[in-house]
Amino acid sequence: MKTYENTGNKDTRSGFGAGLTELGKTNENVVALCADLIGSLKMDEFKANHPERFFQVGIAEANMIGIAAGLTIGGKIPFTGTFANFSTGRVYDQIRQSVAYSGKNVKICASHAGITLGEDGATHQILEDIGLMKMLPGMTVINTCDYNQTKAATLAIAEHNGPVYLRFGRPKVANFTPVDQKFEIGKAVQLTEGTDVTIIATGHLVWEALEAAKTLHAEGISAEVINIHTIKPLDNEAILKSVAKTGCVVTAEEHNYLGGLGESVSRVLVKNNPAPQEFVATNDTFGESGTPAQLMEKYGLNAKAIVEASKKVIKRK
Amino acid sequence: MPNIKELQDLTTQVRRDILRMVHKVNSGHPGGSLGCAEFFVALYQDILDRKDTFEMDGIGEDLFFLSNGHISPVYYSVLARSGYFSVDELNTFRLIDSRLQGHPTTHEGLEGIRIASGSLGQGMSVAIGAAEAKKLNGDSHLIYSLHGDGELQEGQNWEAIMYASAKKVDNLISTIDLNGKQIDGATDDVLPMGSIQAKFEAFGWIVITIKEGNNIEAILKGMADAKSRTGKGQPVCVLLETEMGNGVDFMMHTHAWHGKAPNDEQLEVALAQNAETLGDY
Repeated sequence: MKTYENTGNKDTRSGFGAGLTELGKTNENVVALCADLIGSLKMDEFKANHPERFFQVGIAEANMIGIAAGLTIGGKIPFTGTFANFSTGRVYDQIRQSVAYSGKNVKICASHAGITLGEDGATHQILEDIGLMKMLPGMTVINTCDYNQTKAATLAIAEHNGPVYLRFGRPKVANFTPVDQKFEIGKAVQLTEGTDVTIIATGHLVWEALEAAKTLHAEGISAEVINIHTIKPLDNEAILKSVAKTGCVVTAEEHNYLGGLGESVSRVLVKNNPAPQEFVATNDTFGESGTPAQLMEKYGLNAKAIVEASKKVIKRK
Repeated sequence: MPNIKELQDLTTQVRRDILRMVHKVNSGHPGGSLGCAEFFVALYQDILDRKDTFEMDGIGEDLFFLSNGHISPVYYSVLARSGYFSVDELNTFRLIDSRLQGHPTTHEGLEGIRIASGSLGQGMSVAIGAAEAKKLNGDSHLIYSLHGDGELQEGQNWEAIMYASAKKVDNLISTIDLNGKQIDGATDDVLPMGSIQAKFEAFGWIVITIKEGNNIEAILKGMADAKSRTGKGQPVCVLLETEMGNGVDFMMHTHAWHGKAPNDEQLEVALAQNAETLGDY
């Protein structure tokens, strides 16, 4: 079984910051906006390098989204930065009308997504944002798994003409994808080959899926792990090809099972090749305070949960 | 100086367009549209420095954003009669498969529209963004926007108003249609806002009032004054005092025609008060 090396824990938000810094040097149309969270979003370097292309809007996310939409009129490529909660639910109508319906080339970059934001608790831990964003016509939805992939995605979305939601997080997690791997929007990455179960994971759960695959392998179960970084548009072909082989699937995401990646995968399977599926996701609940590891354990979002779900789904074949 | 008689004739024709558009589909917002007819005609015929090629790249010309999108009838009529698209297309207002949606949108590729509006309170932020893009591009043209007075009840406006002065967005002229009315009644009854002038001034804007907001000459003079105040480190607000339903006697001095279309008899009376000038579509 193919294994992956953690080259050192890093936060995905720093991958975003590094990508933005690079874009600042390579693409003069890229501008950045932030709602009083420059440090948290790792936008300091872009701001220092390009003060004229950086807009500190204060604690006013609705205004930030509107200004970003306006900046596209005249050719700018705005990247907005705040927490995932304040990037989506708080400004849903602004995104819907001024960005999505208006077809504006705005990149909504959202850190501290999911439960691993940790101690701040449920007011700041959004577990509904993938659903909110994927329902908007024309919106591309990306949830990256590590530092390298987040940096690559940040570069890639600047080249894509259209609104994008880029979701990443706060904690330092394994960094394991190749540093030079090109990011292709909408193209799944197969990480391991397997025959007994397909594990389709996104975001922080991708590394957990790889850990789960190792455990399963030791027990004689062959798992095929797919990294779905783009939830919309979804790589239907990769999903169907794998499930045709394994006959069952586990989806894993740091998000409510309602509206998340799992439901998108279910839709593809039901329409094409119905197969048993188990969901590793939060169960229609808000989060709470705690360390990221404690919360992942309590809410069933780790390798252990993926192993259990895999065994369960294999029995249902 | 433009020919005032020609602009007045165009305004009368625009009024006929508005009335006929909303009557045909028995829906839409004639009140605010009629009240802003002079402003739109002055804006598109004289005030805006526009490219005559009707390109939509937003570069090298003044740009206008309508935040209170429900007054789309006056917007569509003036855009069509300024050459953005055929006046015949006004026939399709609010019909299925039309580019002239109930509220303006870029979604259907209608020339002249740069952002969707209708859900209120978003236009000033967009206008600020466009103004910032102009500065980055070294483009000295101006950004104009229009907002309802009732629309100022939406909180996002005050985020934008605070930002524009703090960040010295001085290439922006935001006009408030001060007609004192909204769907449910007088703004002073629905949610009194106190002095809008004092509020904008307290937020650091230059404020100019056009008392006769339905007088073309007064609008041209006031907007020229507003333009002369740009580029001095502060955003400019124009308080345009208009009469909702202006030009149709039974639609004036009431909020009743905010979002209601005239019936056949009412249309006839209204059109008789606005005799055809340039020809109906």
